[in-house]
Amino acid sequence: MTLVEVQDLVKHYPGERSWFGLGAPRAAVRAVDGVSFTIASGRTLGLVGESGSGKTSVGRTMLRLQEPTAGKVLFDGNDVFALDAARLRALRRRMQIVFQDPYSSLNPRMTVEATLREPLEIHRLNGAVSALLEEVGLDAAFAKRYPHELSGGQRQRVGIARALSVEPQFIVCDEPVSALDVSVQAQVLNLLADLQAKRRLTYLFIAHDLAVVRHIADDVAVMYLGKIVERAPAAEIYAQPRHPYTTALLSAVPEPNPRATKQRIVLAGDMPSAAHPPAGCPFHPRCPHPMKSDRCRTEVPALRPITTGHLAACHYAQSPMTLADAAHQPLNRPRHQ
Amino acid sequence: MTLGNWLALFVALVTAAEVVRALRHRALRRDQWGRRFFRLRTTSWGLGILMFLVIVALVAPLIAPFDPNRQLDIVHLTNQPPSWTFLLGTDPLSRDVWSRVVYGARVSLGIGALGALVAVALGTLVGAIAGYYRRWIDAALMRGVDVGLALPRIFILLMAVALWDGLPFAALVIAIGLTSWFGTSRLVRAEVLSLRQRDFVVAARALGAGSSRVILRHVLPNAAAPIIVAAALGVGNVLLLEAALSFLGIGVPPPDASWGNMIADGAPGLYTAPWSTFFPGLAISLVVMSLNAVADGVRDAMNPREDTT
Repeated sequence: MTLVEVQDLVKHYPGERSWFGLGAPRAAVRAVDGVSFTIASGRTLGLVGESGSGKTSVGRTMLRLQEPTAGKVLFDGNDVFALDAARLRALRRRMQIVFQDPYSSLNPRMTVEATLREPLEIHRLNGAVSALLEEVGLDAAFAKRYPHELSGGQRQRVGIARALSVEPQFIVCDEPVSALDVSVQAQVLNLLADLQAKRRLTYLFIAHDLAVVRHIADDVAVMYLGKIVERAPAAEIYAQPRHPYTTALLSAVPEPNPRATKQRIVLAGDMPSAAHPPAGCPFHPRCPHPMKSDRCRTEVPALRPITTGHLAACHYAQSPMTLADAAHQPLNRPRHQ
Repeated sequence: MTLGNWLALFVALVTAAEVVRALRHRALRRDQWGRRFFRLRTTSWGLGILMFLVIVALVAPLIAPFDPNRQLDIVHLTNQPPSWTFLLGTDPLSRDVWSRVVYGARVSLGIGALGALVAVALGTLVGAIAGYYRRWIDAALMRGVDVGLALPRIFILLMAVALWDGLPFAALVIAIGLTSWFGTSRLVRAEVLSLRQRDFVVAARALGAGSSRVILRHVLPNAAAPIIVAAALGVGNVLLLEAALSFLGIGVPPPDASWGNMIADGAPGLYTAPWSTFFPGLAISLVVMSLNAVADGVRDAMNPREDTT
């Protein structure tokens, strides 16, 4: 059963106006440019992309932490963007967020107990702070501590406990482990997986790293410059990526076996500015696909099904690029590692 | 100075010192807040001096040997240098400077504290609203603040005087408060603008906290340090503004003493009787320095990171 449905979500950040707000505005930053997906109850969608691809904006706009430019989000049948203040507040109990940076996501002037008690007060719930701490694997003694007395992993656990305090059904995990040490990353990922199983949670798991998503996601969507370029079940996308950007991202996943030879595609240049996206396929200036043509420069490829359940936005998704192909591109010479 | 006056002064001094010592002792043993507050030695000194001045203001009749407004002997006792009878000398109108400083503490500390309170409260309110809600509210409020900062404050106050014709104490406090909040609002707005983007503020909104809760519990406590410093400096500014107003003859009306109008009245005799301007000036400086020391303590106390355990 579908719990969350995002339809053609658009979020533009308007450009500053010069001349004290009277001049012509600069070009808007098109952070999210027509994103659609659904997440079934109890499942996890991994949303992957590099910095600036708009993945965080998707998460925050979905929860209406910022107002959307266009589009629709249905949560369990409720139109999130059409709710009045009182009903939005009630809905906030059911959808929560866990942040990337555990250092800025906790109020430095509040103890752990005060942080966890606040949501209970807001929604008049009878939860116990100690039970929440126990659920995320922290000792009840942590309740009296301030955030600066905790390690990054402990803070992130407090952030998770805060999200759990209102007993949500859906949690946006906005790169919850990317600020943590590798050893701690695994612990927090396992905690999130355990909580999902125990509480039947639905996750939108945002990450910039396909390796992390592999552990937790049922489906994966890859974002580039405000658009989803590929979406498929996790196993499928790792086995047979259809979009050259996904192929490049996968080639960057570290290989645990040191003897294995591995080719890596290093994309040329940086992601273009979202205020001035390139015409045609947004990925074409950096695309290492051997069949890249004029069509890519002029015509925006639609996100279309390639095989059942596997969508990609590439004109040449039927004949996906291989690592060997990338080697022939002068700009994108693979590096042997 | 009679023996009774000396005794009262001594008791005031000892009381202030003992109260601060007791507070410090209890605070250091009990909680982190107190430990952080008293971490700097200057904080205790500042608190002690302020407490002493407040006690002096409260029990002024016991400490002042003369009626502060009485001209003792306009022929023989003008511009007397400090002596055992006139502890800080007499002014050009033969009034006892010590008695006037003591009574002036009531007026000056009152105006300083209340004026700064009004100014900081207003500045914080406007700055928080502008910074949190952004958009047209921000633009409208900040353009208003620009106008307020651009207009000379003395000019606004002169207009207020023209309307009122002799300011009563409350009107003076309000007039000073209403014209002193512009800088604070800018400061608070800048803090709020950066804080509202922080993840813990977003988290509070995601949990369903309303704007007032977010502002009061998450934004303002984290902006407390600059606000408190602004308040401490604000008291000093208000004292100086009151002096400037008195100098123009529109502050506390004569013959009542305030530290500001004592400086103004004594200025013409600066060469013949420097004591009649020096001592009220010293009192103002003492208050401003003590407030800054206390403000440092409060700032440290508000920040849990300052813990030294």
